[in-house]
This record gives sequence, C-alpha cells and structure tokens, in this order.
Amino acid sequence: MSNSHIIEVEHLVKNYADLVAVNDISFAVDDGEVFGLLGPNGAGKTTVINILCTLSKPTSGKALINGFDVDHQQSQVRQSIGLVFQDPSLDERLTALENLEFHSRVYNVPASLRKERVEQVLGMVELWERRHDIVKTFSGGMKRRLELARGLLHHPKVLFLDEPTLGLDPQTRRRLWDFILSLRKTEGTTVFLTTHYMDEAEHANHIAVMDYGKIIALDSPQGLKGMVGGDMISLSTVDDQKAQAELQKRYNIQARSDGEQLIFEIANGDRFIPTLTKELETEILSISLRRPTLDDVFLKLTGRGLRDEGVKSEFKEMARQFGRRHGRR
Amino acid sequence: MNNLRGIYTIWYRDILRVWRDKIRMVSFLAFPLLFLVVFGSGLSGTMGMLAPGIDFSKFMFPGIIGMTVLMTSFMSGVSVVWDREFGFLKEVLVAPVSRVAVAAGKTLGGATIALIQGAVILLFAPLFGLTLSPGILPKLLPVMFLVACALSAMGIFLATRIKSMEAHQAVMQLLVFPMVFLSGVFFPVNNVPTWMGVLVRINPATYGIDPIRQLMLGAEPASSLGITIFGHTMSIGEDLMVIAAFGLVMVILAMWSFGTQE
Repeated sequence: MSNSHIIEVEHLVKNYADLVAVNDISFAVDDGEVFGLLGPNGAGKTTVINILCTLSKPTSGKALINGFDVDHQQSQVRQSIGLVFQDPSLDERLTALENLEFHSRVYNVPASLRKERVEQVLGMVELWERRHDIVKTFSGGMKRRLELARGLLHHPKVLFLDEPTLGLDPQTRRRLWDFILSLRKTEGTTVFLTTHYMDEAEHANHIAVMDYGKIIALDSPQGLKGMVGGDMISLSTVDDQKAQAELQKRYNIQARSDGEQLIFEIANGDRFIPTLTKELETEILSISLRRPTLDDVFLKLTGRGLRDEGVKSEFKEMARQFGRRHGRR
Repeated sequence: MNNLRGIYTIWYRDILRVWRDKIRMVSFLAFPLLFLVVFGSGLSGTMGMLAPGIDFSKFMFPGIIGMTVLMTSFMSGVSVVWDREFGFLKEVLVAPVSRVAVAAGKTLGGATIALIQGAVILLFAPLFGLTLSPGILPKLLPVMFLVACALSAMGIFLATRIKSMEAHQAVMQLLVFPMVFLSGVFFPVNNVPTWMGVLVRINPATYGIDPIRQLMLGAEPASSLGITIFGHTMSIGEDLMVIAAFGLVMVILAMWSFGTQE
C-alpha cells in the first residue's frame, strides 16, 4: 500500500440475506483529508462505516485502516479510529466526565494523560462547565458535541462521522463544522463522514457518491460540479410546456420540469439570461440563476433528487426518537 | 493487562449505574423482604417444625437470600439489552477491548450487585429468629458470589441473543419464576411428586440454594432438608461443583456470544 493512504478499500462486498448492501466498491482516502460519502438513505453508507470500524464483517473484499486489516486486526483498527454514530451512544445516566473516563480507559489512554486530554476535548466542544452533569439533562446538540469530544479523546488517526449533524439546528451544525475543520488543521486527523446534506459534503476534499451499494462517482466537490457543466437556470412562464418546446427548438436545450418550473443547465448562464428574455416568445414570469450544487450532481448521475428522501428520512428519525422517548420502538 | 483494565472499566460502570439508580436498588430489596414477612410469618404457625429447631421462617430465610442473589444476577443481563437500546453497546463493541473482557466485566458487574443485595437481606436475619455467627461470612459470601456469577453469566448470555426489550422481559419472566419456585426456596424438595422432583434436580438454581441453606442452618439439620440424588445427599462441595461447572459453561457461552455481536 502507498504510505499516503490512511484508508484503502478494495472490492468490498456486503450481503445481507436477500440484499446486496455494498456492491464491490473500491476507494482510497489520503492521510489528513476530509472524505465524504454522499448518497440517499439506504445507499449503503452506514454499512460501509460499520465494516470500516469493525462492527460488521465484509462478505468479501478487503479494507485497511492505518495499514491494519479490518477483518483480522480488529484491535489495532479500533485503536486507530474514533466514531460519532448516527444514533446516540452515550451512557445517559452517567456524567459527561464519567463517559469520557470510561472511554479513555477502554482506549488505553495512559493514566498520566487522561486528565489533560479530557480537559482539552471538553474545552474544545465547550462543555467543560457541564462536566459533572448527567448526560440525560443535555440537549441534542450538546450530546452530539460530547460524542465528538469522546471520539477524539484517544487521538485517533481517522475520525468517522456518520451523519454527524442529523437532527441538529443550523447554528449547532455550523459550530460543529467549524470544530471539525479546525481539528483537521491542528491534529491532522483524517475525517471520514457520511451525509446526505449537500452543503456539508462541500467541506470535503473528496466525495464518493454512493447509490444502491455502488460508488457512482468519486472526485473533488469542484470536479463533481464540473460534471453538471454550467449554471442552473430555473424558469417559470405562463405556459411551461410551450416554453420547453421553444427552448428545445431554438437553443437545443433539454429543460426538465419539476412540476412548478423548468430547470436547465447552461454555460455562462448570466450572459444567456438577457438573450432569453429578449427572444423567448412565451411570457416569462420569473427567472433565476444559481451555481450548481452537489444536489444537481446527484440528480445528473441518478436521475433522482437527494433532498426529498433526506427530508423524509429525517422525519422518520424524528418519529423514531419520539417513539423511543415514550418507551416504544 | 489491557484485558484486566477493560474488565474493571466495564464492571465499574455497571456498579456506578446501579448506585445512581437507588430506587431500583430499594425496590429489589422490597420484594424478598415482602416474601419473608408475609410467607414467613403467615405460614410458620401452620407449617410447624420442618426439622428439629427449624420452623418455616428459619427454613425460608436462606432460600430468600439465595432467591435474591439468583434473581438479581439473572436479571442483570438487562443492562446489555438497555445498552443496545440506547446505543451504548456500540461504544463498547468498537472499543479496543476484547469481547471476552466485555463478557467477563458484565458478568462480574451483575454478580457484584447481586452479592450486595443478598448481603443486605442477610442483615435482617435476627428479625426472623436466625442468629448468624460472623464466622460463617467468609464462607457464605464467596458461595453467594459464585452462585451470582453463574446466574449472571446465564443472564448476560441470554441478553446477547435477545434483541428487544419486550422479548427480554418475556423470556426472563418465563424462566425466572419456574427457576425460583422449583429450587427449594419455598419448600423442602424431597417430598414432592416425582415429576417435580426431576425438574428440581435439573434446575441449576437448586444447587445454588442448597449450599447457602446448609451453611446458614448448619450441616446437621439442613441435610434432612437438603437435596438428594439417587439416595445420595449432596454436600456443600458437591453443590458448588455443579454450580461452578454450570457457571463455566455459561461464561464461555456469554464470551462466545459477545464475539458474534454485530
């Protein structure tokens, strides 16, 4: 293996009874980068994380973390990684400090370093003042920050974040990101994250787009956006069908309708708009231009949007947590 | 060395959690005390002497000690199900601690709590007409701890195989009551119908209750109430060998089962 690759995955496959969750994927992650795994729910992102962090065994294929095989050198792999799971994994009956003490013991943090490390990570996530409080009394954002602190306590080579900001308010999300990015600078920690938020994936150096268990694209955010090939223009007219036909005939543009407006991509969109308003015979109601996002990339690659599914799954998550809080599953 | 620290850390957390949850501790004590007061006082007059100098209260007290240890340790597996439900199990399973150490720490944690519960009930002995010489404690407490370890390992093993809270509760109730009722806690087991006698003798809990009773009542009177197999009366040592062998199998199963957790 090359020395600069902290994670190497080759032909990884994971089958469940009648389902192929991960279908022969290969990729490598550079030491010290932020690597994003992007895809809709059920694409296989969490399965990949579970295999990489030794919670689940691959059906076939190979994965190395920090040079250790996830299948045969579990202890070394576990010592090399930190995790923040999609679902909470704190002991809510213990205090923040007790949770961190548990962690530092099972991760073999030397006794002489424990106090200093705990203070450092709690300071970073601004929970030092609350260290003696029972975790149950924390808000969702505080719990997530505490989990992040815990994941860093043993100075892992790779930090895995599985949907780290799911269910958090925008302000907390932003703070969490500031923290993750500063961490990469100060500690050189590699960050491997899954998300279905497009704007979050844009923080990554490289993004692998996953769909139905396969990686369908792997590039930098800029490179991926380049696949879309221009600016996105949304157009609303008195008769969208007529306008669609006109665009096709006059400019050879394939516009698609999302039910409310027409959307198409074009290079140098800002120069195209004045021409369009002059020449289009169908009366225009509104027109807008935006730079392509990873959402557009996903749509281009799969023909489906990411966002609708994201919202739906977030609602499911909320319903599930509500059920849990009230003693049901 | 790492394994020892792992075992200690897992054990310590379980103790800490129970210590935080004092209401649960008290409620676990209330149950056996209720049994002692209601059955002991209620039935003593009717039942008369079971053996020279042993009335029903005296007979039942060691049984209740055993029952407390047995039930608490057996139920301790619930912590695994809780941890799975609330996600903490993942934190444990991705930690660089061997699954063997996790199973051992959990078993010892459950057993320690059960031992403490049993020891607290022990303090009530004078109320039921039993005088305990402090001299038997160095024998009695280790015996209680051994029984607790065996049952705790069984509880942990079952809990690793059961994924939901509801199923766990159902299985526990299905197992714990027959196990307690058919172990000689409430009545001497030598004068029961044959079918029941068979069940009593294949019930591992029987071999946990018997040595505790023998130790507390003294070998002489207790042996007439003790368990006989094919005409042979089990000694304390033989009882302990049975329970230790059972416990060993359960610990190995629990360790194996933790190893297969995904």
